[in-house]
Amino acid sequence: MLNSHLPILLVVVPLLAAPLIVLLRRSLPSWIVATAASVATLAIALPLLQQAVSEGVISYAIGNWPPPLGIEYRVDAANAFVAVIVSLIGVFVMPYCRRGVAAEVRSEEHYLFYAMMMLCLSGLLGILLTGDAFNLFVFLEISSLATYVLIAMGRDRRALVASYQYLLMGTIGATLYVIGIGLLYLQTGTLNLADMAARLPAMGDPRATLAALAFITVGISLKIALFPLHLWLPNAYAYSPSAVSAFLAATATKVSIYVLMRYFFTIFGETVVFDARYTGVILLALSLAAMFVPAVVAIFQTDLKRLLAYSSVSQIGYITLGISLHSVGGLTAALAHLFNHALTKGGMFLVLGGIVLRLGGSALDRMAGLGRTMPIAAFAFVIGGLSLIGIPGTAGFVSKWYLVTAAMAEGQWWLAGAVMLSSLLAVIYVWRFVEIAYFREPPDDHPPSGEAPLSLLVPALLMIAACVWFGLDASWSGSMARAAAEALAGGWK
Amino acid sequence: MKLDIILRVLAKLLIPFAVMFASYVQFHGDFGPGGGFQAGVIIAAAVIFYALIYGLPSARQVVPDALVEAMIAVGVLLYAGVGIAGLLLGGNYLDYFVLAHDPVHGQHRGIFWVEAGVAITVSAVMLKIFYVFAGRRRDASEEAS
Repeated sequence: MLNSHLPILLVVVPLLAAPLIVLLRRSLPSWIVATAASVATLAIALPLLQQAVSEGVISYAIGNWPPPLGIEYRVDAANAFVAVIVSLIGVFVMPYCRRGVAAEVRSEEHYLFYAMMMLCLSGLLGILLTGDAFNLFVFLEISSLATYVLIAMGRDRRALVASYQYLLMGTIGATLYVIGIGLLYLQTGTLNLADMAARLPAMGDPRATLAALAFITVGISLKIALFPLHLWLPNAYAYSPSAVSAFLAATATKVSIYVLMRYFFTIFGETVVFDARYTGVILLALSLAAMFVPAVVAIFQTDLKRLLAYSSVSQIGYITLGISLHSVGGLTAALAHLFNHALTKGGMFLVLGGIVLRLGGSALDRMAGLGRTMPIAAFAFVIGGLSLIGIPGTAGFVSKWYLVTAAMAEGQWWLAGAVMLSSLLAVIYVWRFVEIAYFREPPDDHPPSGEAPLSLLVPALLMIAACVWFGLDASWSGSMARAAAEALAGGWK
Repeated sequence: MKLDIILRVLAKLLIPFAVMFASYVQFHGDFGPGGGFQAGVIIAAAVIFYALIYGLPSARQVVPDALVEAMIAVGVLLYAGVGIAGLLLGGNYLDYFVLAHDPVHGQHRGIFWVEAGVAITVSAVMLKIFYVFAGRRRDASEEAS
């Protein structure tokens, strides 16, 4: 009986956990509830993915009102796969929060922090699972509002400004999205995404569809932080608490990328988006710019958290490059990189959180001699860095390999060169950390610090280990990404 | 305001009617315009009115901060709980049809509790916003002293 309710339970479990945490108020019980809820979401997401891969589309009618009248949750391999990524990251991050949050957030705000984490998780999963365009917007707002609060909880006062900046940009993005939905609703008379996808082809390709496509693409691109709409991201990641940086870097932008894919391939369809106009070329140009410009900016950062943030903008470029190829191979590469980059960047932010806890800051200069004072953390960070570069044996290599193969299958040989070149830029910014951490003497006035506490180190190391694991054995992640790409390209039939 | 007896007496007279009107809007929501959100706002307005006339500290005594925060959570739990009740009775999430033997009666019951949840959370959130803004300078000076 429970099996048929998995789609809604995935969203409701964290949604129920949030008010429960507010009622509990104490730090420890809040953390226990939050951790239990995130473990439960993973326990729900995994069988859901299995079900979606083996049985195809799962439809769930909220309130037993049959779609397209009522709100429908529609699960296929694509959104179930991203839901697994999001809940997996949640399971890594929540155990980490106990010590990490104690160090960074005021103790009377702990329960609010956990409640916001749960709302954010619930919002992200809701965006993924819902089959209703307006419901998607509501969940987008739930997760975004929770995110703004989480960022503002950072210790640094600049966190407030960063959060406000993100609030403005995020609200503009959400507004543009709603305008696009309004246009589509006027045209098709439905908000159900599958119904909309079925009705749009009969409309031909009028100006209104083009306007809706433009509004939705720009609105969602703001949430993705696609270059040049990424300006909110570096500050938001740099000043938020470490656990939040890790969680957001691994999930928030990824979920928005899924939304863009869903609209491009399932709702509007490839003919409208790619064949009839230059969307593919524009997206390709922006992706290439994203692969190079923020990577160069990352090289000149003096703060390690900001460096990672700019590297994220650059890595998003690889994912959108995969989308711009508009082939199943390209989508597979994009989805595989979504998974691999979530593990890599999430893991690196978690390792960095432990380092920051000991050093008291994330300025690169402070990392001098880290290879000697915190050997395990420094080594884990370097492994993560290798995965960012795409060294064979790490997860980053697998997705870049898919990307290069997909580009070559399209006859775009020069793109392979571009991917290589941009990886070289990643070598430079990762090398900056290596040089400072391993080839400089630790400062004398430095208090001997030792490794980060185990509760921080273990989740971080597990995530970095996963990043090596999925680099050596990509059969699961690869086949899931493939199934997800086929589901996206095949549409909701 | 402390010396203004007309305002104080009028407020005392009006506030019960405001709460009464809120419950009318709440319970008549099934048949006419209204519902949980509007009723919640009116309830919050009644308390804010009280705070304006009698001062923030006495309003905080009548409706303490802890209660407001608990109400925010309880309303959401109530709403989501109705959904879970639908699940447990063998329907889908938020399925009101199964909440009673007669489906129409079930719909009635479901919407009643959901709207109750909305009213509780909305009134509490409105009050919380008011408390936070109205208490800003006061709390800052208390922290400083």
